[in-house]
Amino acid sequence: MFAQQLINALTLGSVYALFALGFTLIFGVLGVINLSHGAIFMLGSYIALLLVNHFQISLWLAMLLAMLACGTLGVLVDFFVLRPLRKRNAPHLAPMIATIGVAIMITNISQGIFGAENQRFPIGTIPEDSIGIGNLHLTAVQLAIVLISFSLMLALLVLMRRTQLGKALRAIAESPKAAYLLGINVEALFFLTSFAAAALGGAAGVLVGLSFNAISPFMGQPMLHKGIAVIILGGMGDIRGAMLGGLFLGFAEVMSVAYLSSDYRDAIAFGLLFLILLVRPAGMFGKILERKA
Amino acid sequence: MLEWWDGFWAIYSSVIFGVGINAMLALSIYLTLSCGLLSLANAAFMGIGAYAASMISMQTGLSFPFALLASAFMPALVALAIGVPTLRLSGVYLAMATLGFGEVVRVIVLNLDITGGPMGLNGIPQKTEWWHIALLLGITAFALARMRRSKIGRAFEAIKEDEIAARLMGVNVARYKLLAFVLGAIIAGIAGGLNAHYTFTIGPANYGFENAVDILTMAVFGGTSNLFGPLLGSFTLSVLPEFMSALKDFRLAANGLILIIVILYLPKGICDPARLRVLRRRLFSSKVQ
Repeated sequence: MFAQQLINALTLGSVYALFALGFTLIFGVLGVINLSHGAIFMLGSYIALLLVNHFQISLWLAMLLAMLACGTLGVLVDFFVLRPLRKRNAPHLAPMIATIGVAIMITNISQGIFGAENQRFPIGTIPEDSIGIGNLHLTAVQLAIVLISFSLMLALLVLMRRTQLGKALRAIAESPKAAYLLGINVEALFFLTSFAAAALGGAAGVLVGLSFNAISPFMGQPMLHKGIAVIILGGMGDIRGAMLGGLFLGFAEVMSVAYLSSDYRDAIAFGLLFLILLVRPAGMFGKILERKA
Repeated sequence: MLEWWDGFWAIYSSVIFGVGINAMLALSIYLTLSCGLLSLANAAFMGIGAYAASMISMQTGLSFPFALLASAFMPALVALAIGVPTLRLSGVYLAMATLGFGEVVRVIVLNLDITGGPMGLNGIPQKTEWWHIALLLGITAFALARMRRSKIGRAFEAIKEDEIAARLMGVNVARYKLLAFVLGAIIAGIAGGLNAHYTFTIGPANYGFENAVDILTMAVFGGTSNLFGPLLGSFTLSVLPEFMSALKDFRLAANGLILIIVILYLPKGICDPARLRVLRRRLFSSKVQ
């Protein structure tokens, strides 16, 4: 029983982690809380659904295209909304509110186009059978979610830690100005980051759409709340932190439903968040950046 | 004339009530912002005030003033309790923590029996008259205007501009921050109490993340550099939907777009004294020529 719950926790946690990864990437590199991430997540789910329904292409190709589309949208948001604010050196409240505007637009337009009711991928999009090991069941969806999430996370981690590009991104995270003086093309990397973050968000959207079978225009908002909790748990802007924070949140939620009560599942995330902020405001891995007088 | 007014009132009274309530909420967040606190807990405090007032009215039969007192007192108590640890955080972290607090409040209200769970409370007596709102809004605005020029207001401003410098000048930063937080909670709570006794029914969904964001939006849209900004912002955003009914399903999208445009092109909000001064000077000089 406990082992089965662990599998469920791992699945849920890796989706949270994947979603939070894009969120934290933007905060780490651009220094912006991008509140449109939830809406982009939702859109990823719909794009894959449309492609599978209307063009009968395979789910994996649809997922890839959805990631590309979301990434492009992320770049557009960066170009039209975040970049002008960056140029002006606006206080961090400004991008937060502007991206809320973006989220409202995307959600409302999606509702107008797709309707407000829940939709799902056609049955048989992904094999329904499950692998049984003793009493444990691992469905194909769960397996796919865990594998895809972890490979994307690993890819990002290697990229950030082991490549020249990752080094440049980390330099920008420290100080965009210094990075610029070192000859790094800061604007281009901002676009790239926005693309990667939104693509990861879109991927998370497709996976959630697959596993919960409830794609709706409003699925982004609760996920955004979870994402906020995760990146604070893990330390804002920290990639390992987002991964561990996501897994931890998934674990806490699944265990609370299994052994306590399902009523307070949604309170777990924010109760945890609240506690962490009081004890360790910078999260599990974050550094406190405080100005010394 | 009177007939025209009756018709107008019948159609638009809800908009007018909404404008008043929203104005109070915008002032509540203006107050915390004026002390440099980016707190997004105001929707939760509004909810606590609304529930406290409604429960007094529905279960004790005490008169309306007592209900309103409760709607000020309960949020103040909660703000005091959570403010002490939370206000050590600053900037984005405070915003996130207060959002978290709001979510915790929502889930608790959703699961308690005395708050009616997901159904909320229904059949709250309709006691709020338009002049209640006008009076309390007037008092709030007047008090805040006076406060700006008082020792407290100057302390808030000093903290907002530079916390460390303020501390070095002998301002008790922690205490003033707590004061701003509690006062903001009181204003939001009263707005909640008034609103609950007008709308007749309240539920946990009325005080969530979206509402916190709406309140912030009204203040930032209007501009937070002076008192008129939040008032103008809440008025505009409360009335605007009435003029956009032609857009039907895409009304919210238009709202989002307006929000983006204001943030991009009017960073100080629509009510920006510096820009108004420039405008006046320009008009004046053209007259001279």
